[in-house]
Amino acid sequence: MHNFLVQVPPSIIDGITTGAIYALMALGYTLVYGVLRLINFAHSEVFMVGTFASLFTLHALGITKTPTGLAIVGVFLIITIAAMAGSSITAVLVERIAYRPLRKRNSSSLANLISAIGVSFFLQEVYALRYGRDLIPFPRILNKTVLFRIGEGEIRLDKVVVVVVALVMMFVLDRFVNGTRLGRGIRAVAQDSSTAVLMGVNIDRIVTLTFLLGGAMAGVAAMLYGMFYEVTQYNIGFVIGIKGFTAAVLGGIGNIRGALLGGFVLGLVETFGGAIFHAQWVDVVSFSVLVLVLLFRPTGILGESLQRAKA
Amino acid sequence: MQLLEIKDLEVFYGKIQALRGISVSVNSGEIVSLIGANGAGKTTTLKTISGLRKVHSGSITFKGEDITNMVGHKRVHLGLCQAPEGRGVFPGMTVVENLEMGAYSRKKSESGKVKEDFDRVFDLFPRLNERRKQIAGTMSGGEQQMLAIGRALMSSPELLLLDEPSMGLAPMLVSQIFDIIQEINRQGTTILVVEQNATKALSISNRAYVLETGSVTRSADAKELLDDDSIRKAYLGE
Ligand SMILES: Nc1ncnc2c1ncn2[C@@H]1O[C@H](COP(=O)(O)OP(=O)(O)O)[C@@H](O)[C@H]1O
Ligand SMILES: [Mg+2]
Repeated sequence: MHNFLVQVPPSIIDGITTGAIYALMALGYTLVYGVLRLINFAHSEVFMVGTFASLFTLHALGITKTPTGLAIVGVFLIITIAAMAGSSITAVLVERIAYRPLRKRNSSSLANLISAIGVSFFLQEVYALRYGRDLIPFPRILNKTVLFRIGEGEIRLDKVVVVVVALVMMFVLDRFVNGTRLGRGIRAVAQDSSTAVLMGVNIDRIVTLTFLLGGAMAGVAAMLYGMFYEVTQYNIGFVIGIKGFTAAVLGGIGNIRGALLGGFVLGLVETFGGAIFHAQWVDVVSFSVLVLVLLFRPTGILGESLQRAKA
Repeated sequence: MQLLEIKDLEVFYGKIQALRGISVSVNSGEIVSLIGANGAGKTTTLKTISGLRKVHSGSITFKGEDITNMVGHKRVHLGLCQAPEGRGVFPGMTVVENLEMGAYSRKKSESGKVKEDFDRVFDLFPRLNERRKQIAGTMSGGEQQMLAIGRALMSSPELLLLDEPSMGLAPMLVSQIFDIIQEINRQGTTILVVEQNATKALSISNRAYVLETGSVTRSADAKELLDDDSIRKAYLGE
């Protein structure tokens, strides 16, 4: 028991850190689901492309050792923009190529699912053929300085950056969706798409915007992941994609604030699960959460019905 | 001047034919009603005018422009807006957000006029003014109906399409809604209203069409239909 108590502070810190990344990923699933009632299983590859985009940008900038001073901020800004661009362009293209033609033909959700799996494999294989199947290291761009300790828990600079950047992005997205005309358009389509058309909303444009936003969030998650774990791989998106999806379902898919809550809850459940059982069990814990939620509470923690969800 | 003209319109749901070649016209400044029993094709007609259903054959002309195959959202920009059947408000949005959705198609440069339209809507529906911040899904049926009409007005339409504005409302409220519809028309908006319960609709309309299983069976001045025995029997519940 004493052993477990010692692990509480580090578990909370790590849970919030990974949870922030899951939450950013969950936003992509939830936004797209809200608008199209479609689970974009290719979102994991949208993330993967983001990690590569930030890595290549680091290479292009010639960064081999940790930058110092103001240069850190500059490097961060540039790779964030690169990752966001890479991921959102990928997301928008996936929608254009894999989903839109099916949507125009009113295809079944099974057809969409198969199309998503096809696109996922395609993107993974392209990257595998081009960059190999091994882990690819990132240069260290931020020293893992310990700022202070809470018991055994270390508040480290890179973890603080992950959480702060993620929270800022979530805030910006929330303001956009709830406070702007286009954001209202997204919510209108999510709540009642034919009535949205009656109000003059161009559904195709809203769908593109939704994939763009979800992609941008995945891009930020990808940049943070690369900075924090310092590796990527052609299939890096697989596990993180399932975690993001689990977080979205946990919070109530289609619900933006639910996705945030689901991300942090999943991160915490996972690290505590790892502390109680063994660190190698974290993925088992996550996937058990997914199965249990789908079985017993498919509407998620916030439990709002989908149509009612405040998007 | 003819504002809307529908000619020989045929619409299908899969193999089921919902409209069998109907022709309807609406002149500027009029209130025209389309009456008919449940399942006659009234909602389908309005949905097709708004571009939510594909046309099989026939044509729709609005302000002299052929809009038969125009995508739905562009029709709103031309000056046509619908308050849909039932509780067609955005349930998770507040009253104000719903009204802002009505103004979605308007340009930034019109923001002054949009403000005036907010005042106009709150004037017509004081109830909405009291409930600005309320989530639409939690309002009563009558309040939601007012919101749906107010929201359509926020697009500043030349032609307002109303699908059964009296559906499910208490008689008192029905009279009130129809008074407001008449007031909206007096302020200069042309109206095409669809109704199952026809007494009220006919009493405020200039002209009316009777729709039966996808075909127009009568078209006449509203007053003439109100006085017609067979119409009274079939649609006015007498
Ligand atoms: N989504 C749909 N799918 C198949 N048939 C439909 C659909 N909507 C309406 N219909 C059919 O089209 C006809 C006209 O319906 P509708 O326009 O809703 O009538 P009304 O509004 O006059 O009650 C009815 O026979 C109805 O069953
Ligand atoms: Mg109807």
